[in-house]
Amino acid sequence: MINLFEVNETNKMIEQENLDVRTITIGISLIDCIDADIDVLCQNIYQKITTVAAHLVETGEAIEKKYGIPIVNKRISVTPIGLVGAAACHSTDDFVKIAKTLDRCAEKVGVNFIGGYSALVSKGMTQAEKLLIQSIPQAMKETKLVCSSVNVGSTKTGINMDAVKLVGEIIKETAELTQESDSIGCAKFVVFCNAPDDNPFMAGAFHGVSEADAIINVGVSGPGVVRKAIQTAKGKDFGELCEIVKKTAFKITRVGQLVAREASAALNIPFGIIDLSLAPTPAVGDSIADCLTEMGLERVGAPGTTAALAILNDQVKKGGVMASSYVGGLSGAFIPVSEDQGMIDAVEAGALTLEKLEAMTCVCSVGLDMIAIPGKTSAKTISGIIADEMAIGMINQKTTAVRIIPVIGKDVGESVEFGGLLGYAPIMPVNPFSCDEFIDRGGRIPAPIHSFKN
Amino acid sequence: MEKAIITVVGKDQVGIIANVCQYLAKTNINILDISQTILEGYFNMMMIVDMSDSKESFSDVCDQLENLGENIGVHIKLQHEDIFNKMHRI
Repeated sequence: MINLFEVNETNKMIEQENLDVRTITIGISLIDCIDADIDVLCQNIYQKITTVAAHLVETGEAIEKKYGIPIVNKRISVTPIGLVGAAACHSTDDFVKIAKTLDRCAEKVGVNFIGGYSALVSKGMTQAEKLLIQSIPQAMKETKLVCSSVNVGSTKTGINMDAVKLVGEIIKETAELTQESDSIGCAKFVVFCNAPDDNPFMAGAFHGVSEADAIINVGVSGPGVVRKAIQTAKGKDFGELCEIVKKTAFKITRVGQLVAREASAALNIPFGIIDLSLAPTPAVGDSIADCLTEMGLERVGAPGTTAALAILNDQVKKGGVMASSYVGGLSGAFIPVSEDQGMIDAVEAGALTLEKLEAMTCVCSVGLDMIAIPGKTSAKTISGIIADEMAIGMINQKTTAVRIIPVIGKDVGESVEFGGLLGYAPIMPVNPFSCDEFIDRGGRIPAPIHSFKN
Repeated sequence: MEKAIITVVGKDQVGIIANVCQYLAKTNINILDISQTILEGYFNMMMIVDMSDSKESFSDVCDQLENLGENIGVHIKLQHEDIFNKMHRI
């Protein structure tokens, strides 16, 4: 039978170490909403989402109460709108209309984000997908809760450099259109390589075409709990350190699994996957950076950081897969800058640079995340940063992503406040040398040799 | 049987258990097990209860226990036992 010690351990994790379930995300297919008439399409979308997700928020709240654990976010992901809108949308304005419909749906059912304003263009773009990408700045400006993503590369297809170039311009334009609110539009847009179909985390969530009509995916979290566990391993060797992280990850994931099963049964929607990601928040102690420094680094960014992150990422997965049979999504450690107080401190202390962050993305999910850079950074330089990150994903057969914010009117030495879970970020310097000619080449980077496995 | 765990944490004083038990009896919730310690002057109790014949819904019992805790100056929490079983048992 459960004893007092175990009960206290669980409740200490929840009350003092910020253990929570980060998100319950319903993936909803919009394929059956497709119509050649934009107004009919929007109406179908509104009808479907508000029906399928009608009880999501109240179900989430009931589960929170039953187990006494916070479920921070309730969200929705939908089929990439680049596909759904292909028949109906003949201009960027048509796509913005869909974005606004999604925004209304999110508001109606009470979720805090809806993802899937997306295009999958890793090999080539259809005319509709190109229009969707071009509509992103306006869509991000005119909506509050819609998140957007573009998949520009994969290990199987290589990297679509035309899309990389276009997306650099789109990020710049989004920053300019949302200048008054510190370019926050860019915080809702992410560029992917090897984007997963079942990711429950924003801004990159979308409901892939390989998925069922509706599905429940759950993202667990708990960097605070892991940090506390690492603290108990002070001075111990790596074997023992790994064992402790693994056991903790197991416990965290079991809670996610419980919540996922419960939500699935209550909503009568099949359970998809648990995403084992460690996702930080700006709350003190809820930090990936603190997990790394607890391992023995003075600051994140010091030599040894990449190795420490690799250990963390791997042990979280090993503990997690034991706890849940269906693991998917991004599953790893997130290293956003603005959402993690330890990361912010490291940048401000001069310990952590963009280049070191890039190296860290080789061993964890996902990539360059929530990084503020000077507003004067050119679109082509942004495309260059994206190309580098996509290459890491393509060659290493993993998901990588870029969510970068060129803050218009601000420069190195200043900082930017996004508020809420998005936190605040010091503006980081970018390498000043040009990559213009490289980006201007256009075309595709071919798939790497190790993708030919057949 | 629908088992749940009640935890009570707070400064020790006369009548904490009595108050909680009175409420449970009134609501027809059966106590299966109690363990309790005093840690540095702090009262720390765990009860395993069976809620299958409870007169109130799980969510209402949650709220009422929390209110009761506030009245007598301790922190009372009700959770379904599955969260502990899942976390601590393979």
